[in-house]
Amino acid sequence: MLENIKEFASEFFVTGDPLIYGADVSIVLATLGIVFVLTYFKKWGWLWRNWITTVDHKKIGIMYILAAIVMLFRGGVDAVMMRTQLAFPDLNFLEPEHYNQIFTTHGVVMIFFMAMPLMFGLFNIVVPLQIGARDVAFPYLNSLSFWLFFAGAMLFNLSFVIGGSPDAGWLAYPPLSGSQFNPGVGQNFYIWGIQISGIGSLASGINFIVTILKMRAPGMTMMKMPMFTWSVFAASTTIIFAFPILTITLLLLFMDRFFGAHFFTLDGGGNPMMYINLIWMWGHPEVYIVVLPAFGVFSETVATFARKRLFGYASMVFAMVIISIISFFTWAHHFFTMGSGANVNAFFAVTTMIIAIPTGVKIFNWLFTMYKGRITFPTPMMWTIAFIPAFVVGGMTGVMLSVAPADFQFHNSYFLIAHFHQVLIGGVVFGYFAGLYYWWPKMFGFKLNEYLGKWAFWLWNIGFYVCFMPQYLVGLDGMTRRISVFSDPNWVGLNVVSTIGAYIMGLAFLFQVAQIGYSIFRHEKDTTGDIWDARTLEWSMPSPAPEYNFAVIPQVHGRDEWWEEKERRRRGEKPWQLGPIEPIHMPKNSAIPAIMAICWFVLGFGLVFHWLWMAIPGLIGVFICLYARSFSAHKAEYYIPVEEIERTEATLRGGAV
Amino acid sequence: MAQSPAHGSDHHDHHAAGHHDPQDIKLLGFWIFLVTDVILFSTLFATFIVLRNNTNGFEGGADLFNMTGVIAETFLLLTSSFTSGLAVLAMHQNKVKPMIIWLVITGLLGAGFLALELTEFVELVHEGATLQTSAFWSAFFTLVGTHGVHVTIGIGWMISIIIQIVRRGLNADTKGKVTVFSLYWHFLDAVWIFLLSIVYLMEVM
Repeated sequence: MLENIKEFASEFFVTGDPLIYGADVSIVLATLGIVFVLTYFKKWGWLWRNWITTVDHKKIGIMYILAAIVMLFRGGVDAVMMRTQLAFPDLNFLEPEHYNQIFTTHGVVMIFFMAMPLMFGLFNIVVPLQIGARDVAFPYLNSLSFWLFFAGAMLFNLSFVIGGSPDAGWLAYPPLSGSQFNPGVGQNFYIWGIQISGIGSLASGINFIVTILKMRAPGMTMMKMPMFTWSVFAASTTIIFAFPILTITLLLLFMDRFFGAHFFTLDGGGNPMMYINLIWMWGHPEVYIVVLPAFGVFSETVATFARKRLFGYASMVFAMVIISIISFFTWAHHFFTMGSGANVNAFFAVTTMIIAIPTGVKIFNWLFTMYKGRITFPTPMMWTIAFIPAFVVGGMTGVMLSVAPADFQFHNSYFLIAHFHQVLIGGVVFGYFAGLYYWWPKMFGFKLNEYLGKWAFWLWNIGFYVCFMPQYLVGLDGMTRRISVFSDPNWVGLNVVSTIGAYIMGLAFLFQVAQIGYSIFRHEKDTTGDIWDARTLEWSMPSPAPEYNFAVIPQVHGRDEWWEEKERRRRGEKPWQLGPIEPIHMPKNSAIPAIMAICWFVLGFGLVFHWLWMAIPGLIGVFICLYARSFSAHKAEYYIPVEEIERTEATLRGGAV
Repeated sequence: MAQSPAHGSDHHDHHAAGHHDPQDIKLLGFWIFLVTDVILFSTLFATFIVLRNNTNGFEGGADLFNMTGVIAETFLLLTSSFTSGLAVLAMHQNKVKPMIIWLVITGLLGAGFLALELTEFVELVHEGATLQTSAFWSAFFTLVGTHGVHVTIGIGWMISIIIQIVRRGLNADTKGKVTVFSLYWHFLDAVWIFLLSIVYLMEVM
């Protein structure tokens, strides 16, 4: 009996690596610490009522962002470990198997569990406030989306200490990710971690499309929407067309691994290239999904801090819509070397070049917005300005990669690695940081410390160029991606420099953590709700916004409605005529989303280990939750009475409504 | 360019004036969900079409499909789509009892469809065609099975709606549920037409 348990445990837990034992200890300590703090300060009820069961888009947004920052840390540690291993030739810091796992989890964590939740966090916090809505269209579904993401992220990260991490790259190409060459449970964690959180993403895509189409304040036509909301609309539309492909691709890989089907196997008539096509039909739109909202952020910050209307509004909208359409027709440029033939490659090369055009239009629009503006340089604007050269260079190297014959040289080299990190960090990460700094006062009612923020900014930027510029060169020299050791003496210098850059970015992240920690205790309070003197509706209300957002929904007349309103007031004209306060219809909190996510987690965990005794109850739990919601949904609403709204408004606005 | 659509919807928005009809919002949400489901099935169809000749030396669909059963399945499912339409008609006339009866008939027809489909699957497995046999059969079982799972979930969903209507009667909320369910059911019917043409008929022709 004891022998059996021992044998099971040695299979079940990942053993043998001191780094992992360290992680085990820190996970146990962190969990105990959290439990202790919550119990000691009697915060369990607070956590349950205010966060776990909340359906408030602002709180859900904050939870997304918190989770994303934790995941940024995990993905960043992976990155620094990889760069450490590659600093010098023939190092033995990481075993090859461990290195494979780390580059896999780095990619998965950064895209699925860092970029996506940070993006959804900003969607949640900003969109309803920008369009003058009280919440998203489906607040309950919104909470479910978050908890599904969270369950997926936890399931995936568990693979680090239980069962073993996936090691077949961030997109898990078969046959390497099939059961023939990858019999362990790591790839199962990959499938279910992403599948569960992907269902949440899909639901969020639907939710925000309906929110934007149906919940806008009266008078706000589509062409009067703030540009960030447009970017969310474009990204969400891309999500609903792209994510079902991912769902099916992962399902088919699961069928291969679990049931021994032959979709992507080498025998039985399977076709691994089918997987590569399918995964990139989702994967290429995915990179535009994450970058479009960053473009939206820049459009807001650039107008706010240049004190000018956004230049070329309509062309911005068209550029975004066109990008989201063409993003579905470029996928094969990820594998020009597959051998699809000259005509196929030519088609995808041309579409890839075409998609650079609307992006270029946007860059010029931002530049023209700044032209002759009275520009100020707080941290959100600094990130915006840093984005432009970073993204232009990244875009240029992208066009180089799109030249199909040349791509045979660049393919799978560090040139490619440098390119996509440049657009993903320079575009997405810089954009989300700009958004995070910009809307932070709206989320929490205070500004983040600018001094530490500027340190973080410069360290990030310097580290970024120091890390990735050498990679272009070493890539052209022939260094390929995903190698765990190199021996060529010509590559040493560039790799050392690149590693130094990675450490500088790690340091920059620590500055950001310090910035947040410091600002919680000493900060400039946002007393007006409009700390940046900004242009859109979210700045017309107190910071942080009350749970019902708008006491009275404003009537919108033009773009930049809040700026226009301030102009009217400055000119001494009549301010907004807001109607009388009426009782506000609100959704009630619900525990079902969190419980259903636990059921999904149980289902996923059972399928990872082929334990049907665990998976089936998990599945039944999911259906019980669906039924419970269907039977109780009509009771899950209430009204906030007028007196309470008036009281809240009076406290928040210091008496002046 | 930016101005012309603005005028049209300006007028419409004045009507909405902050009061959003929840049923309207749910209906739009469900249509968009159906779009995602279309993509889901399209991906499976694409996979099937790519892999349809990869039979790995084993018999393909032309040899093993039992078309009598498939025609019967088609007949049952198409009829159920019609009866679910009748249920919605009865709902609009506020006739609760006929509506429930039509829904129950829809469910029974759906269950009959499932029973035939399962029989077909069991027969195929006895002939040696399983998920593991070849890429063709993997793609076949996954595509047809995904549709079957959708039908199963639809029946379970419908049962819950019937129970709710018996308990709470017809109101805007329960009516919305029936409307959305019938959309879903018609959608499964449409998917089946494609299954019949692309999987079965193109195989045996």
